[in-house]
Amino acid sequence: MTAQAEIERAEETETMTVREAIRMALREELQRDEDVYLMGEDVGKFGGVLEVTGGLWEEFGDERVRDTPISEAGFIGAATGAAATGTRPVAELMFSDFMGVSMEQIMNQMAKMRYMFGGKTGMPVTVRTTEGGGMGAASQHSGTVHAWIAHFPGLKAVAPGTAAAAKGLTKAAVRSNDPVFVFENKMIYEQQGEVPTDEEFTVPLGEAAVEREGEDVTVVATQRLVGESLQTADSLSDDVSVEVIDVRSLYPLDTETIADSVRKTGRLVVADESPLSYGVHAEIVSRVQEEAFFSLDAPIQRIGTPDTHMPFSPPLEQEVLPDGDDVREAIELIT
Amino acid sequence: MADYTLETEEGRREALRRMLTIREFDSTAGDYFADGEIPGFVHLYIGEEAVGVGACAALEPDDYIASTHRGHGHCIAKGLDPQLMMAELFGKQDGYCNGKGGSMHIADVDAGMLGANGIVGAGPPLATGAALSIDYDDREQVAVGFLGDGAVAQGQVHEAINLAATWDLPAVFVVENNRYGEGTPVEEQHNVDDLSDTAGAYDIPGVTVDGMDVTAVAEAVEEARKRARSGDGPTIVEAETYRYRGHYEGDEQPYRDEDEIEKWKEQDPIDRFSDLLIDRGELTEEELEEMRSEIEAEIEEAIEYAQDAPLPDPSEAYEDMFAEMPPEIERFASQARADGGSLGGDRR
Repeated sequence: MTAQAEIERAEETETMTVREAIRMALREELQRDEDVYLMGEDVGKFGGVLEVTGGLWEEFGDERVRDTPISEAGFIGAATGAAATGTRPVAELMFSDFMGVSMEQIMNQMAKMRYMFGGKTGMPVTVRTTEGGGMGAASQHSGTVHAWIAHFPGLKAVAPGTAAAAKGLTKAAVRSNDPVFVFENKMIYEQQGEVPTDEEFTVPLGEAAVEREGEDVTVVATQRLVGESLQTADSLSDDVSVEVIDVRSLYPLDTETIADSVRKTGRLVVADESPLSYGVHAEIVSRVQEEAFFSLDAPIQRIGTPDTHMPFSPPLEQEVLPDGDDVREAIELIT
Repeated sequence: MADYTLETEEGRREALRRMLTIREFDSTAGDYFADGEIPGFVHLYIGEEAVGVGACAALEPDDYIASTHRGHGHCIAKGLDPQLMMAELFGKQDGYCNGKGGSMHIADVDAGMLGANGIVGAGPPLATGAALSIDYDDREQVAVGFLGDGAVAQGQVHEAINLAATWDLPAVFVVENNRYGEGTPVEEQHNVDDLSDTAGAYDIPGVTVDGMDVTAVAEAVEEARKRARSGDGPTIVEAETYRYRGHYEGDEQPYRDEDEIEKWKEQDPIDRFSDLLIDRGELTEEELEEMRSEIEAEIEEAIEYAQDAPLPDPSEAYEDMFAEMPPEIERFASQARADGGSLGGDRR
């Protein structure tokens, strides 16, 4: 289904920011299911350092919205143990760069317990975390690490590019009986969009959305680069018809929607903020060449972070941060 | 009511039976591993039986435990079935984890066993999480995290105990100080004399007990359980015990000598407890021998069961990854089934 069709099917929508959409998703899921609770550093009274959980502590109290010690291995491990024993924790990792601090519990426990135990446990845990450069936060607070999780067997990963996707994916993650990581690009928290207000609106894991239909080239984008690609597509509309897909779910990945689009357009640009080597771009490119190689009319282009960390100084950060201009150059190169 | 308790004669006999079962299970597993019938590695619990059994004697059946590398003893103490455990060691479909876990990962979450663990120090965060679920749902349970002396040095162990202490969760952390972290003596890994001293950092009680005495372990864990249930948070119970075998089977143990092992064997937890029961007139030598023979037969049956059990079908390799199988795995799973289990060549 295209994103437009999803919005049109929804009976009522409201314009809101990505931040508000995620908060709405969390509020609705807390109201819907008593097994669900939030935990993380400063998610409570403080409302989250990037204000996503603001107001939820006041509404739901200490039991449902829990401030943890600065202790990622401890609380991500506890969320894992809790998920195996009958509750549904939603843990916030303040910045995805802190993932490494808790990686043992993620890799060896959360991801493997169901499999190692022969299916004899559920793992209904959600981990929300922030990603991305653009606010001068320097290397340890600007990483885009979602390829680590999407690559690792036993974990699911989503990365919304619109406000509607942010709400729908967050709710699907909380409802899933599998461990799901929600990667929120912090530069789009203020981005606005139409969001279905239906409390049952979810975006199923593993479904990409065609955000803009086009005929000449497909841009498969994630997170902030979805919006930038849409703007670029509009600005090029006199010369080239660009189809833009929001990947939304990194694992499972909707190969069919992407391959169908490439079969139609014959050209592909993959735009994702993560480092270029061995990552999300490579996976999408591989699947397209497996599924639609003979439909390709031009070399596939990749837009991402050169294999650098995110530097601090604004001209350096702007140099390495991929944006709509990079997408434009890539489109022009192959059309 | 607990499965068994050291407060009744019947319960004490059951505790002895479980200690004997652990020893027989593990010595037999060691033999079959040496013969090459059991794949991978095994880490045996022999010598430490009083700790697992003493701790589990203080628990209710639905309490949770999270285990260590050396998990067979905890499984038997918790009441898991030796047949299904042995089948798991042999990599068979009928094992607890359908042959996907093996010795280091035997688990039965429904029975309150959150898994043996291949990662040193990884169990305590899971126990804290189980205690979080218990607390969140106002259930009448506790969660026990077992850890070895080596794991006390792990960062995630500190984080787990700190979180449980900060939130007053119904958790108990049982440190099995068996004198060696893999091949390094405990004195070379820690600066404190008693590993329970670390409890001071969390403002929780820490006690060190004789881990070769099943009664002492049970009493300490019972006290810790009461405290946990009353909402006062976790306790660290250090049980001083000794690992008779190497870190793993096949370990040549250049780090210690036979005299040391023999000296500890004088304190053997099974002999001490059976002697106590005989002295009290609760058990006769004949009954003890009968119990040993029954257990030998039981473990022999477990071996036969494991040997005869079917191996998993190769297509099982694709099961159990997720509650909902994604297309990425489904394509392999459907191919394996179509091939009757053999994957090869073009997998698409």
